[in-house]
Amino acid sequence: MFNEKRIAMKKKLLLLLPLLIFAVLASFFVVGLDRNPREIPSPLVGKPLPEFSLPTLDAPEQIVTKERFAGQVWLLNVWASWCVSCRSEHPLLLEYAKTNETPIIGLNYKDKMPDAKAWLQRYGNPYEMSIVDADGRFGIDLGVYGVPETFLIGKNGIISYKHIGPITEESLRNIIIPKIKELKQQ
Amino acid sequence: MIPEIGQFALILALILALVQGTLPLVGAAQGIPVWMFLSRRTAQGVFFFLILAFGCLIYSFIVNDFSVLNVASNSNTQLPLHYRIAASWGSHEGSILMWVFMLGLWSCAVSVFSRHLPEEVVARVLGVMGLVTAGLLLFLLFTSNPFERLFPVPTEGRDLNPLLQDPGMVLHPPMLYMGYVGFSVAFAFAVAALLGGRLDATWARWSRPWTTVAWCFLTVGIMIGSWWAYYELGWGGWWFWDPVENASLLPWLIGTALIHSLAVTEKRGTFKIWTVLLAICAFSLSLLGTFLVRSGVLTSVHAFTTDPRRGLFILVFLGLVIGGSLALFAFRAPRVGTQGKFEFISRETALLCNNILLAVACGTVLLGTLYPLFLDALNLGKISVGPPYFEAVFVPIMALLIVLMGIGAIARWKESPLAELWEKLRAPLAVTVVCAVALPLILGRTHWQSVALLALGFGMAFWIITTLIVSVTDRLRHLQGGLWYKLQRQPLSFWGMWFAHFGVAIFIIGVTVVKGFEAERDVRMTPGDVISVGDYAFRFVGIEDRQGPNYHAARGTFELLKDDKKVRNLYPEKRMYFAHGMPMTEAAIDSGFFGDRYVSLGEEINDGKGSWSVRVYYKPFITWLWGGCILMTLGGVLALSDRRYRVYARKPAKELLAGHTLPRPAH
Amino acid sequence: MKRLFLLFVACGLSFWLPMATANEALPTENDPVAQKRAVELAAKLRCLVCQNQSIAESNAELAVDLRRQVREQITAGKTDQEIITFMTDRYGDFVLYQPPMKGTTVLLWLGPLILLLLGLLGMYFFLRKQAGKGEEMPAPLTDAERARVAFLLKQRDDSKT
Repeated sequence: MFNEKRIAMKKKLLLLLPLLIFAVLASFFVVGLDRNPREIPSPLVGKPLPEFSLPTLDAPEQIVTKERFAGQVWLLNVWASWCVSCRSEHPLLLEYAKTNETPIIGLNYKDKMPDAKAWLQRYGNPYEMSIVDADGRFGIDLGVYGVPETFLIGKNGIISYKHIGPITEESLRNIIIPKIKELKQQ
Repeated sequence: MIPEIGQFALILALILALVQGTLPLVGAAQGIPVWMFLSRRTAQGVFFFLILAFGCLIYSFIVNDFSVLNVASNSNTQLPLHYRIAASWGSHEGSILMWVFMLGLWSCAVSVFSRHLPEEVVARVLGVMGLVTAGLLLFLLFTSNPFERLFPVPTEGRDLNPLLQDPGMVLHPPMLYMGYVGFSVAFAFAVAALLGGRLDATWARWSRPWTTVAWCFLTVGIMIGSWWAYYELGWGGWWFWDPVENASLLPWLIGTALIHSLAVTEKRGTFKIWTVLLAICAFSLSLLGTFLVRSGVLTSVHAFTTDPRRGLFILVFLGLVIGGSLALFAFRAPRVGTQGKFEFISRETALLCNNILLAVACGTVLLGTLYPLFLDALNLGKISVGPPYFEAVFVPIMALLIVLMGIGAIARWKESPLAELWEKLRAPLAVTVVCAVALPLILGRTHWQSVALLALGFGMAFWIITTLIVSVTDRLRHLQGGLWYKLQRQPLSFWGMWFAHFGVAIFIIGVTVVKGFEAERDVRMTPGDVISVGDYAFRFVGIEDRQGPNYHAARGTFELLKDDKKVRNLYPEKRMYFAHGMPMTEAAIDSGFFGDRYVSLGEEINDGKGSWSVRVYYKPFITWLWGGCILMTLGGVLALSDRRYRVYARKPAKELLAGHTLPRPAH
Repeated sequence: MKRLFLLFVACGLSFWLPMATANEALPTENDPVAQKRAVELAAKLRCLVCQNQSIAESNAELAVDLRRQVREQITAGKTDQEIITFMTDRYGDFVLYQPPMKGTTVLLWLGPLILLLLGLLGMYFFLRKQAGKGEEMPAPLTDAERARVAFLLKQRDDSKT
């Protein structure tokens, strides 16, 4: 008798299983609705900035390497004249550049020099300098996949944060500026 | 005015669907005949208003009514008429309307072809379908109104996504949706049976033809989708294991399992609980697919513009429909316990094993599709799960399934003595092994890896074909008379099984040869250049400009050469659609029984010599893939035409044993 | 989230637009083995700007660049594993269509096997249980059905007489 009851119990549990599986799936979907599957975290965060030696936009004959920026906290902003969404973050960058908190270095990505210069003329230049990555190789080293992207680099040359897509007011105020303060104190 | 009529029709359809989804169910539970009889009329009414609504939407697209947001964002005056019509299901809103429309169509079909069914069963089935219809109509009206007006009215609409401007778009979604939604009938029958507390062979007999029809549509729908991707996307692939493709494969796998387990339940009265679960799962997975495509939780090449609000709505709907039916299953299924007895080695066991494997295959695809979502939700990082994974795990499961397919077609019901089975399977096994090993070697493969893969593929195909031959000879042995007469004596349902399985074999041959012998070249060509691939060569003649109705194109001319002789010209195009500014590749394909020659244009190379980057492919036996799918569908159609169903449909209700439609004795 | 998505679409498009300057390297024609390796590797790597395509399939600029990267590294004599490491160092595991076997992906890789074993185990128990069972018993008739049977039988008897 007891055994039969146990078997019946087991059967009931077994029949509940599909419902339980569905419940688990559904709870994952609830969480998943809030996520953006296209934002991919960079494995480079917490690692040193990759080596580069590239010309600058203003002085193509001058070659810059990452040693040039050692010892300071700085922002590296990947931009291009063909990048439509770069325009939307540009006013914010201009405004932030005025505070002189940290230098913003541009990385002119897969662009043509005259186009890039004209673009800065037209929309303003927030950058202390723009490094030119014409064939996008440094971009690959940086893991760039969607311009604009912004990297925050500490005094020790280690990338501490990567922002994908245009910077917004909230992301600047709530994430980037606090992180810069933190890095400066180190 | 017309869009308002459409919208009003949707609201009326919703009200009627709510009636359809409540009163007949209550009527069936309480035994109120008048309420039960409502189900047929309301289902037909809902369908009428859905025709009206869908017609209004199509009309708005035909007359370019850009005051409708949906039309303005998905159509254009320059768009040819047939694509304007297809555009009405090209957007998220339109495709959901089509979904509901199909659901209405199926409900209406049930209401018409169910005269032989007991009234309370019809009431429950249509009631369940009414609830689903009502839920989707609410979703449509509240989050994705296809008739939303736009002000100020633009003079020109944005265009339909160029990818969708293709004959495939006219055929693929309707077929696919017919399949997805068709499983709602089996679902409704299952839920009705759980509600009524009676699950028996008659239940299986009633849901079987509906399931088979839905399965046929789904098979054709997936096939057209695959074929479309093959020629439209321009890189020669035909299955990408994209989340959306997987979403269509999941219900197909479970639907296939369902067809088989329904056969057992009908013929032998076993596996009832399992069959009910499969019927619920097949439709649940159809709904899940809809959710995955439209909520933005996964990235896919087919993704609609996503909106979390819609995602949340569908998720709640999903929770109610799937959660509700599974809860009902958990509490009502224990009541249906009886089953037929069978021995360890029997057709029942083979079919049970088939079901397990199909369910495992489905679980595997689901796991791979959702795994990135799981990891992300648990903050464990982002990964991609793509073709290498699916091929690695899916193929072994399928291989096991194919082995069973051969045994199952031959094994006898109830008990199939091992010695007898071995007697029948000996010859097919020998032929299969010899062919599987010899063929790759004859075809000139020597590397062990490619020989192994080819041997596996050919082996599976030959195993199916040889066992199918045995299954015929076995059936004919005991009959007298001429061969043709003997063949004619076999029921159509047998031939249905036969052709469907044969289709699988043809499909496998196609996949094996394509995977084993396809060739592709990615080259830079200047006019006059020749590139050879397979037994053929392509000569690049040149590029000319061509003006399309809503695009301009660079049209390349290639001469297809065989043994230095010209076979024909091929004209691949690179199109730039005015409205989207999006480049589109139109491949040119020389299709034949033994394979395709495929050329697609890449980019122009600015070297002043008119060079282009070009991709050429040789795809041997690729047509066999589509052929295999068509044979499978043909199998389904044959099974449907079986005498049993025809006799059954013609019989007036009174003669049937079910007898519930007889005048009820007074209580 | 919708806005973010649109931005990403815009980013994707901005990659697509300046197409005219495709600088795809000449294929390694003289070395069919290297060519085959390049195609096979490219098919395993996911294009990050696209919705869901491998870099072999995509025409986005980044995909073209990465294809070139793959070819150059093959020419430079790198092994497949080295090239894959190069990619994951920069883009993470997301770039791989075949996720690596590690702690977080154990369930992914072993899942199918576990499912299969559970399925077969379940089937075994079911078969064992049902093999020991007696012949089937149809479900007992409900009262309403009993009444109908009586009605039918009566009807038949009536028609006989």
